[in-house]
Amino acid sequence: MSAAVVRALSSSEPPLELRVRLPRASFVLDIDVRLPARGITVLLGASGSGKTSLLRCVAGLEQAANARVCIAGQVWQDSALGVNLPTWRRPLGYVFQEASLFDHLDVRGNLRFAHQRANRAVHSDLLALDQVIDLLGLAPLLARQTQDLSGGERQRVAIARALATQPELLLLDEPLASLDPARRQEVLPWLERLRDELQIPMLYVTHSVDEASRLADTLLVLDQGKVRAVGAAAEVLAQVDTPLSLGDEACALLAVRVAELDTRWHLARLDFAGGSLWLPDAGLALGTEVRLRVLARDVSVTTQEPAHTSIQNVLRCHVKAISDDAHPAQALVQLTCGDALLLARVTRRSAHSLGLRAGLPVWTQIKAMALARG
Amino acid sequence: MDVPLTADDWGAIALTLKLATTTTVLLLLVATPLAWWLAHTRSAWRRPIGAMVSLPLVLPPTVLGFYLLVTLGPNGPVGQLMQSLGWGLLPFTFGGLVVGSVVYSLPFSVQPMQNAFEAMGRRPMEVAATLRASPWNAFFTVALPLARPGILTATVMTFAHTVGEFGVVLMLGGNIPNETRVASVQIYGHVDALQYAEAHWLSAGMVVFSFAVLWLLAWLNPRSARIVA
Repeated sequence: MSAAVVRALSSSEPPLELRVRLPRASFVLDIDVRLPARGITVLLGASGSGKTSLLRCVAGLEQAANARVCIAGQVWQDSALGVNLPTWRRPLGYVFQEASLFDHLDVRGNLRFAHQRANRAVHSDLLALDQVIDLLGLAPLLARQTQDLSGGERQRVAIARALATQPELLLLDEPLASLDPARRQEVLPWLERLRDELQIPMLYVTHSVDEASRLADTLLVLDQGKVRAVGAAAEVLAQVDTPLSLGDEACALLAVRVAELDTRWHLARLDFAGGSLWLPDAGLALGTEVRLRVLARDVSVTTQEPAHTSIQNVLRCHVKAISDDAHPAQALVQLTCGDALLLARVTRRSAHSLGLRAGLPVWTQIKAMALARG
Repeated sequence: MDVPLTADDWGAIALTLKLATTTTVLLLLVATPLAWWLAHTRSAWRRPIGAMVSLPLVLPPTVLGFYLLVTLGPNGPVGQLMQSLGWGLLPFTFGGLVVGSVVYSLPFSVQPMQNAFEAMGRRPMEVAATLRASPWNAFFTVALPLARPGILTATVMTFAHTVGEFGVVLMLGGNIPNETRVASVQIYGHVDALQYAEAHWLSAGMVVFSFAVLWLLAWLNPRSARIVA
């Protein structure tokens, strides 16, 4: 277990305990993890890695003979204790890949269906229906028939409907996968808003590293039904020793703060413990904390301080580890920069000719990066 | 124009409508759970039971009527049970006709509903469960409303098919005025007695009725207005 997860566990909330053993057609889903009961935990893996099965087991939609699911100190399922709540008695919200709205009800009817059955025994309304409608911007859609909604709107209604049950855990199964890229970008900000404004822990299944890097606080990587890595998103993404074959999407996350705005060149200076980066000004206010996503392919390494370069962002780093990349011509270099981690993709030939080895001080040049979290 | 229908004719029409209504109500109660089971079970019994339900579609009504007569008759197992309970025998009574019609029209109410439940899949019930609806509650508030077109088709088809029943009635009910003599039997009687005018009026009435029913179905339910099987 990584340091970040242990830190999260030592906080006051009881963790989410998931233990599931379930034979599938081509592998055995075999999971035993404790996850922080806050923020978004992204279950990342290729299709057929068991992510959705795990989520369905947590919800009780799939029955594993040997399982323990304990959420917020309540045992939902424990084969040893003979406890197994049916899905409808588990205080959860579930967002399916296809919105799965009830077509015999309009948008308001769908929300009301959930709200009438909400989990009121445990809570007074944590989240009023109006608040849910507001949170997902659904007021103009309430009287619409579900068939008349766009894919993105349908998924927003499905998320609101899941929240209207007053869940203690929100499960999202690839909620963006059935949407085209434009619709995806339309729904993502709403998900980020939920994460920032709600206290409900979420398990979010995806195969998209992009979604994971934008949403994840904790990242759990699944492969063939087994946990390959689990921990704080920035640490797991920058690991090179796990078989996390992200290919072109290999990236690192940097938590930075807006420290200076240069109005003449329309740039913003973003500081973190390992240095400063300049980025085109995206209209962020001074002091805002944001997350940057830096792709390994956009980072290059030199052993001498670069001069006369068009690249603005040069950081002083140390090589931490070098590992094989997907292609035999390439290597993935893990770098430490202050207490942050970066990944650089270089050819094995240049790693050899530069004499890269663990502990070597180097300069990295970053060609591009993206805001992963506003 | 003079309508040459007698009191007996009107009695037969009233009896037909009473039989069709009773049968439809009973069948909706029986066929809904059966259709749900057939649509969702993984049991090995699904195929044989499904085939049993469809039998009345292919069997001659006389065969159906014959076995019902034997089973419900004084020497049949059901008949003996009925007698030992002091309830009397079903053949040649209105009750007997209802039993016969329920069996005869069973596939017409099961199949449209089964199709509707199958088309729906498991997802709506799973969604309902994640929205904290108990299985019964989900059945009544999600599954039945979503299957509405299928249930409507089943209702109309069952009613119309029972109205058009002849062979089973003749075998099981005979020809007792105001007890078992339905419109189709009355037409047969008129033709037998060479009363063609009366036969015409009743027959034309059946044609108009059946046409109206199918039209209504197509209008209410544009996508599934197709005869089953």
